Amino acid sequence: MTVASEPPSHKGKRPSRLFKNWMAKLASLPMILTALVVFVGGTAWTVTYSFTSSRMLPKTSWVGFDQYERLWNTDRWIISIKNLGIYGICSMILTLVIGFSLAACLDRKIRFESAFRSIFLYPFALSFVVTGLVWQWILNPDFGLQNVVRGWGWESFTFNPLNDPNTVIYGLLIAGLWQGTGLIMCIMLAGLRGIDEDIWKAARVDGIGTVKTYVMVIIPMMRPVFITALVLIASGIIKLYDLVVAQTGGGPGLSSEVPAKYVIEYMFRAQNLGQGFAASTMMLCSVVIILIPWAYLEFGGKKRG
Amino acid sequence: MADMTTNTAAGPRGPKPKKAFSRGNIFLYGTLIVVSMYYLLPLYVMIVTSLKGMPEIRMGNVFGPPMEITFEPWVKAWSEACTGINCDGLSRGFGNSVRILIPSIVLSIAIASINGYALSNWKFKGSETFFTILIIGAFIPYQTMLYPIVIMLREIGLMGSIGGLVLVHTIFGMPILTLLFRNYFASIPEELFKAARVDGAGFWQIYFQIMLPMALPIFVVAIILQVTGIWNDFLFGVIYTKPATYPMTVQLNNIVNSVQGVKEYNVNMAATLLTGLVPLVIYFASGKLFVRGIAAGAVKG
Repeated sequence: MTVASEPPSHKGKRPSRLFKNWMAKLASLPMILTALVVFVGGTAWTVTYSFTSSRMLPKTSWVGFDQYERLWNTDRWIISIKNLGIYGICSMILTLVIGFSLAACLDRKIRFESAFRSIFLYPFALSFVVTGLVWQWILNPDFGLQNVVRGWGWESFTFNPLNDPNTVIYGLLIAGLWQGTGLIMCIMLAGLRGIDEDIWKAARVDGIGTVKTYVMVIIPMMRPVFITALVLIASGIIKLYDLVVAQTGGGPGLSSEVPAKYVIEYMFRAQNLGQGFAASTMMLCSVVIILIPWAYLEFGGKKRG
Repeated sequence: MADMTTNTAAGPRGPKPKKAFSRGNIFLYGTLIVVSMYYLLPLYVMIVTSLKGMPEIRMGNVFGPPMEITFEPWVKAWSEACTGINCDGLSRGFGNSVRILIPSIVLSIAIASINGYALSNWKFKGSETFFTILIIGAFIPYQTMLYPIVIMLREIGLMGSIGGLVLVHTIFGMPILTLLFRNYFASIPEELFKAARVDGAGFWQIYFQIMLPMALPIFVVAIILQVTGIWNDFLFGVIYTKPATYPMTVQLNNIVNSVQGVKEYNVNMAATLLTGLVPLVIYFASGKLFVRGIAAGAVKG
């Protein structure tokens, strides 16, 4: 756009094209280095070394897919994947449902809208560590919620998700939803505000109920917003790490392990770099699988349409 | 029938005024209030617990207000709580976090704003490609890049230091901030840039004298985004620093989840609240700008 095409007669006198705009290129050097060296180079390096038997230090002793074979035969990894699957599916569905419902409630021209919005969004400003620790305390069986309800007279009340291997992941989910739904609500609310008032008038004229209008008309219209929200939620889920470390530490036993934690444990604690690299490459693959259809929908569609 | 028509003709016109408390409204506000309680509960519990003494906590009601308010847990969390052998409280983590935060913000925003400016006004061959790689990089799980960065930091001698962590925050903050600035600068009319070019202004002159002053609001958004993001970081802190330079979040986790000693829940909650205080203050003080920051982060591409 700003780079006007030079007339060919000047070409001989000018220095090479490389020095055109040289100050802009120099100033962009940090960006270029980050993109090429850290993002592309770092990722390629990790993928390459996942085919080696590196332990304490990275070394180039190639072992083919051995690390991956070992990875998929490790219980801890299988548990991590299952946990991430359960957490991921529940979190995606519930975040979308809660986020949209809250946004729809706030969009009904209510009073104190901004107060409610601040309340729903403030957990998003807090870190996962803080989130995890607070919920660990609230869900503490001896002093927390369970104890309080028992104190009200319901002696047999049991709500102790964090100490039961079968339910610990739902304990994490409660905390994760508390922290993240506000963001999705905000995005949904922005989407709802973008919808033409006339749609509502038309629906009212046709005698369609409020809930039905949302389900049949508004949600299909908000497809791009939902896709953005899904991509955001999904990329957050794969990164799930701090919350687990703070709230459960992966326990009881290994029952709340997640892939991101597996990678870090093997790379930095167990000094088994090859395993860590293989596991992180698997994480990368899952992101690519999510990202490609989205990029296709988002950008492939635009070019054709 | 006839009666009714005469009635409406004589009566007041316009739609029937709505009752303030219709059934739908009660349901709507009821839902919102109940949900609000779920969202507010942890904050309330944190505050209440941190103001109680241990005997009162052992008695049981987490939701009950403190019978006797004590600020001792706060003092203890700030200056005495132990991580391993160090017993100087969260104040050290706070200091580290501040020393990480300020240079990280300055460096990351300076670089990202220049990137955004170059990308929207000084496009060169390949600039869009680098930008695309940068944005894709934002989606790559950090785990894939953790170890190569360890090697790089070791090579330049910054591993374990605050400087190293600053560099890491600058790198990983770059995609989103560059996007933010690029989109903002792209919305500034191009004539302004061209006029300055005609007048003979160069790269830096246009940046400092025209673009920077116009971009102040977006700088505020970027600062809010970075303060909360960097302050809340745990992963990079735990990997790229050592105990003496741990940021507050890492130290907090070590204090609360340490297995040694008697658990002092009131001190733990005071520590948690202290760590959450900075982003909370930023959040409630910035209001709409915070929302704008996350919206900018949300709408990628």
